[in-house]
Amino acid sequence: MTGETIFALASGAGRAAVAVLRLSGPGTAMAVAALAGRLPAPRLASLRRLRHPETGELLDRALVLWFPGPASYTGEDSAELHLHGSPAVIAGVVEALVATGLRPAEPGEFTRRAFLYDKIDLTAAEGIADLIAAETEGQRRQALRQAEGALADLYEGWTRRLTALLARQEAFIEFEDEDLPAGLDAAVATSAAALRSEMLAHLADARRGERLREGLLVAILGAPNAGKSSLLNALAGREAAIVSARAGTTRDVVEVRLDLAGVPVTLADTAGLREATDEIEAEGIRRARRRAEEADLVLALFAADRPPDAGTLGWVGPEALVVVNKVDLAPAPAAIGGSAPLPLSLHTGEGLEALRSRLAEEAIARAGLAAEASLTRPRHRAALTEAAGWLAELGAAPLPELRAEALRAALRAIGRITGRVGVEVVLDAVFGEFCIGK
Amino acid sequence: MFDAFFDVVVIGGGHAGCEAAAAAARCGAHTLLLTHRIETLGEMSCNPAIGGVGKGHLVREVDALDGLMGRAADAAGIHFKLLNRSKGPAVRGPRAQADRALYRQAIQALLRATEGLTIAAEAAEDLVTGAEGEVIGVVTATGQQIRAGAVVITSGTFLRGMIHIGETRIPAGRVSEAPSIGLSDTLRRLGLPLARLKTGTPPRLDGRSIDWAALEPQPGDDPPEPLSWMTERITNSQRPCAITATTPATHDLIRANLHRTAVYGGRIEGVGPRYCPSIEDKVVRFADRQRHQIFLEPEGLEDDTVYPNGISTSLPEALQAALIASIPGLERARILRPGYAIEYDHVDPRALTPALEVRTTPRLFLAGQINGTTGYEEAAAQGLLAGINAARRAGGAVPDRMLGRSDAYAGVMVDDLILQGVTEPYRMLTARSEFRLALRADNAGLRLTEKGIAWGVVGSDRAAAHRAFVAALEAAMARARTEGGSPAWYAAAGVTVNQDGRWRSALEALALPVMTRTDADRIFPWLRELPRRVRSELEAQALYAPYLERQAAELRALAREEQLAIPKGIDFALVPGLSAEMRQRLMQARPATLGSAGRIPGITPAALAALAVHLRRGEVRFT
Repeated sequence: MTGETIFALASGAGRAAVAVLRLSGPGTAMAVAALAGRLPAPRLASLRRLRHPETGELLDRALVLWFPGPASYTGEDSAELHLHGSPAVIAGVVEALVATGLRPAEPGEFTRRAFLYDKIDLTAAEGIADLIAAETEGQRRQALRQAEGALADLYEGWTRRLTALLARQEAFIEFEDEDLPAGLDAAVATSAAALRSEMLAHLADARRGERLREGLLVAILGAPNAGKSSLLNALAGREAAIVSARAGTTRDVVEVRLDLAGVPVTLADTAGLREATDEIEAEGIRRARRRAEEADLVLALFAADRPPDAGTLGWVGPEALVVVNKVDLAPAPAAIGGSAPLPLSLHTGEGLEALRSRLAEEAIARAGLAAEASLTRPRHRAALTEAAGWLAELGAAPLPELRAEALRAALRAIGRITGRVGVEVVLDAVFGEFCIGK
Repeated sequence: MFDAFFDVVVIGGGHAGCEAAAAAARCGAHTLLLTHRIETLGEMSCNPAIGGVGKGHLVREVDALDGLMGRAADAAGIHFKLLNRSKGPAVRGPRAQADRALYRQAIQALLRATEGLTIAAEAAEDLVTGAEGEVIGVVTATGQQIRAGAVVITSGTFLRGMIHIGETRIPAGRVSEAPSIGLSDTLRRLGLPLARLKTGTPPRLDGRSIDWAALEPQPGDDPPEPLSWMTERITNSQRPCAITATTPATHDLIRANLHRTAVYGGRIEGVGPRYCPSIEDKVVRFADRQRHQIFLEPEGLEDDTVYPNGISTSLPEALQAALIASIPGLERARILRPGYAIEYDHVDPRALTPALEVRTTPRLFLAGQINGTTGYEEAAAQGLLAGINAARRAGGAVPDRMLGRSDAYAGVMVDDLILQGVTEPYRMLTARSEFRLALRADNAGLRLTEKGIAWGVVGSDRAAAHRAFVAALEAAMARARTEGGSPAWYAAAGVTVNQDGRWRSALEALALPVMTRTDADRIFPWLRELPRRVRSELEAQALYAPYLERQAAELRALAREEQLAIPKGIDFALVPGLSAEMRQRLMQARPATLGSAGRIPGITPAALAALAVHLRRGEVRFT
């Protein structure tokens, strides 16, 4: 192996009882030996005095763990130094490591190395990234599932099946005068159709996994002074938006991040929908509409003391939650735009908990953790959609070599998610399955 | 000090050697072909068939560059079959079973008619090298020193060849022909990486002792489809083959005596091909199979020898007789010559340039089985390319006559060989080409002949015929693109197409499944007037056009990827999926973009893809 040796603080920054420095790369053994005197036994925690290799100055007494590659997280030679967690000790050891020729790691570089050394595939690497970034319980569980290879297993399973199908199709093309089983060609088409159905089912998840990973966007829309900013503040539990009795106070979109039953939700407060009085407000209303169009869920807010306004009514529909505020002033109508509204009084707090749990239900329905591994990134969706498209094409192709082209293209598409399949792999499958050769 | 002077000396008179010598001479090089025996020039030492799926593509490519193989097979063929007739034209493979004697005669006649070619019955024993390690001549077994501008070695299975029949071992290149030991030592001395491969052949049977009446006959095509584009018609009388199969008794016999075969007895180290396994291998690897098919192929019109294709074996002779007797129709069949396994040295082809020249020994070219391939066709295609490039080298030019993966199966093969090397004898398969729909056996001329004319390897007869064909095809294509009509027009003519109001050319309409040949003839009567080859080429292009257009789109997308910059200090060792060879080539050339990496000789599409993925991954942040 060649390349640079990197290190990074694996524990949080600042004063702590213990700080962990992680090393990875071909120079690891040399660096550990330079600081600790000699290399400890592999994978055993050993107490060592660390000294500066040039000055001989004692830096710390530390636990040293040595993980020779490839049986390490990155696949390279790696080590961990468990130091006393003071910034001064850390700085001293870091300085010593740099003196032995190591360099600080870039963000995510350990995982990237693990990926490049085939310790994990791309989906697992993405899972680890998501795990580190997870804000909510639902995100954490989805990311962990992916980091442990659930998606990789699913996609690799499909790759294996596509490879086997291609092998059969190739055998049918290549070895006509061999004693191949009857119906080989037709069986390929049938199996490909079945595989395509599975892919479509996986794709038809209403973007659940992607929504969970990215967070759900809920836009609050309503007439000026319906109480949108008050609602945002009430749900956020803090004064995120400026609230005043003056209509048109909110000029731009104000957003807060909530954790609703494990689903991260971005709640967007928007400018009230009305005929704008000035250019700035007009721009605010344009932005409100744009945000509502992007939203996974629109919260259409009306006020009980006024008739429903046409601007907000236009957003009432199956993807909207209808809420009537100010029920302390007047009773809520039985239906608005065909939907039964949730009654709410931000003044008294009535209906706020019911709204919160209703929002949580909606969030779980749209982005809760699914029973099966879900795709979490648009690039997975694009590649799988393309693969399924090629399999549809296979069903319509009139000739075996065209069906083989469709299978090759489908494999290339899925290969963009997990890795590529070479000709030799296909030929291995051909000769493993069929007795070829006169 | 030298006894004779030639531009190009070709060592070996098998399929690679004959093509190499003839091609070098066609290119204008003063050429010498050295062979053990002139009578065995053009010998088919294994099965008597030429062509097939993938292999037939190679034969047509050799033919498109005016090579010998297709013409000789047509002159000698006694059973022709177009494989995959029911599939599309891209995967149809023409094949001929040849009369061995007629094939030798045809090859020898073609060689004798080649201007500038001298043939000598002399074994080559050693090479003479110059001050810079380049080859400057050949030493023959009789001690003659021949000065050469370039040398092509096509030694087949003769390098330290060792035949195994049961426990018996016979040093030989072919049955009754001595192996080349001196040449093997020479290659070793030059530092070429050698490895061992094996292959095998079945016992030959006396056709008069076979119970043909009990067997299912297999007639050839009528009319037969010639292998060469220059052949109008096959004139030989045709012979049927027959099919039989092994029985459980055959398999029991083999299982009981596995230890007596050379391979399972542990006397062979070489790796054999997966697609041409011995009957022992088949019985071991596919233990649940009750029967393995055998084709009985006649070896000639005047020859009663029959080649039982499918039961290559290295069992002891007596057991081979028992094996044959356990097969229906062969109960009383006499063995004329036992089957055997043969081990031989080959050179790791990664030591070669794309022109098949040895990288470390300039002016030395290798072609055929010595490069780890199997098959007459694979050998012939390499021989042709090596011969052309040897002539270039001898003439003081850079050997740059190369075919790419998108040009020809021959290009796919050379690229695979020099980049991937071999782990088993390499055989051409259409699955190896990523451009399968474009590389048809029947468009080899369109792909290669113009190139061959520019290279000076194509004679004037073929050049004239080719250009006449191209002119006729272009006229027909132009007409097929400009004539056509709306859906209503097609409906009025009796063919229902999608009622989308879109005007469709005749070329587009020909690709529609609803358009039968009768319909096409009725709607576009001029199609009937087209020469047969022009019509079928037109139909093939129509059939694949939509797919090829999409492939072209994918290639364009790849071209965009080629703009991708490669960071200066990149460590190619960290790129997963690159072979050591690819890594080394990239490190030597230090390309700045993915595009320039693609122009480094010998970088495979797979390696480029791996590199592209890696460069994109560089943009991914795992935090």
